[in-house]
Amino acid sequence: MDCSCTLNKTLQHSVLVRVLSLGLLLWLWMAAAELTADASVLPQPWALWAPFAEAVGSGALPYHLGMTLWRVVCAFVPAMAIGMVFGFLMGRFPSVDRWLDPWLVVFLNLPALVLIVLCYLWIGLNEIAAITAVVLNKIPNVATILREGARALDPSLSAMAQVYRMRPLARLRHVVMPQLAPFIAAAARAGIAVIWKIVLVVEFLGRSSGIGFQIHFYFQLFDVAMVLVYALSFIGVMLLVEALILQPAESRARRWRTA
Amino acid sequence: MIKIDVRRKAFGEEEVLRDIRFEMDVGETVAILGPSGIGKSTLLRLIAGIDPAFDGEITRPEKIAMVFQEPVLLPWRSVVENLTLVHPDLGTQAALSALERTGIVDKAGLFPGQLSLGQQRRLALARAFAGRPELLVMDEPYVSLDPTTAEEMLALTEALIAETGPAVILVTHSEAEAHRLARRRLRLAGKPATMIKEFAAGSASASWEGHHDRA
Repeated sequence: MDCSCTLNKTLQHSVLVRVLSLGLLLWLWMAAAELTADASVLPQPWALWAPFAEAVGSGALPYHLGMTLWRVVCAFVPAMAIGMVFGFLMGRFPSVDRWLDPWLVVFLNLPALVLIVLCYLWIGLNEIAAITAVVLNKIPNVATILREGARALDPSLSAMAQVYRMRPLARLRHVVMPQLAPFIAAAARAGIAVIWKIVLVVEFLGRSSGIGFQIHFYFQLFDVAMVLVYALSFIGVMLLVEALILQPAESRARRWRTA
Repeated sequence: MIKIDVRRKAFGEEEVLRDIRFEMDVGETVAILGPSGIGKSTLLRLIAGIDPAFDGEITRPEKIAMVFQEPVLLPWRSVVENLTLVHPDLGTQAALSALERTGIVDKAGLFPGQLSLGQQRRLALARAFAGRPELLVMDEPYVSLDPTTAEEMLALTEALIAETGPAVILVTHSEAEAHRLARRRLRLAGKPATMIKEFAAGSASASWEGHHDRA
């Protein structure tokens, strides 16, 4: 009885559960590698250390990681900004929504690969085409989430702001944005996860730098270890971005709920 | 002088209000009574300028405040910020004085969600009076409060009205509240709702003062 209570309490501890969950994933990887018994198909986790150290030491990993991260930032900022504006307008003005909703459906259902190929064909194999392709892929998702946020704005707060003649900037900052914050956070978290995957495809298809380019290169060499080294390195960076930037920002915006 | 002249207000095909006219001076309190769903809150929204879509004309002063049925606070900003952000010219010291006057100065640093409903309503009152409005619109401000808290709020409202002297339009179900706060009482009835009677406080309820325009 006591044992089961202690176990329950331990399992409720979120950090411990995360560690256990990741440990389980690692164990599955090790078991699969053992069963495969071929390091060229699936190496053991510890076998990645040497190629990782070599890639870091040569400067290749930091360079390509930096290039991909730069593209993620360049795509994330305009995709969020444009998607937020469109989503907000669609949520607030039904006439705008009626006009733009069919476009949204089209772009939401357009495969990312099609947009990437079209951008490369129309704009050329350059950085602008790569970023444009990622931005166009992400805008509809951000707009969809923000449209829901704009629809959910509390009319009584708008009435209060109107009666007390709050200035437009104050109204935006203190009345509208706090209500949209959870939706912006959701769009940002979903956005960053999707954007870096699309950036990798963009680099795979038409760039000469970045994690996607390196994965393409090592794919041609059938070097699974290096493919894993580059992929896992970037996953690590994105987990750090999530833990150090996105989660603290979200908790700060939600501080009033837990006070 | 505040002049209300609502000839017609409709939501789509449904006409809600018709021919509601009255005037009032700054410092005067008017209570609007009527059954639920008659259109009292709709009328208040027209008077406060929240809903501009109606036939008619309303002459209102520049500085308006409103106390809603619910406190309608900014839950993500502190109690004192709920005053200073809504009234940017107020200053923190004056905001604290307004909170002190309503008895919640010790809650200044908390979020509204950490207050009881009674305290939230005190904050809503502090916000309304802090800007020293010329017209105060109150939409059933004591609804869902227990009798003791409601009585405290009523007394506080009376005192604040006496101190700041705005024109007050109060919507309420309670004859007692109307009788206590307002010198004039207007009643809405019918469909579409129209103003059927105007009583002066203290008069017998049957005494007819006129349809509108007490000029």
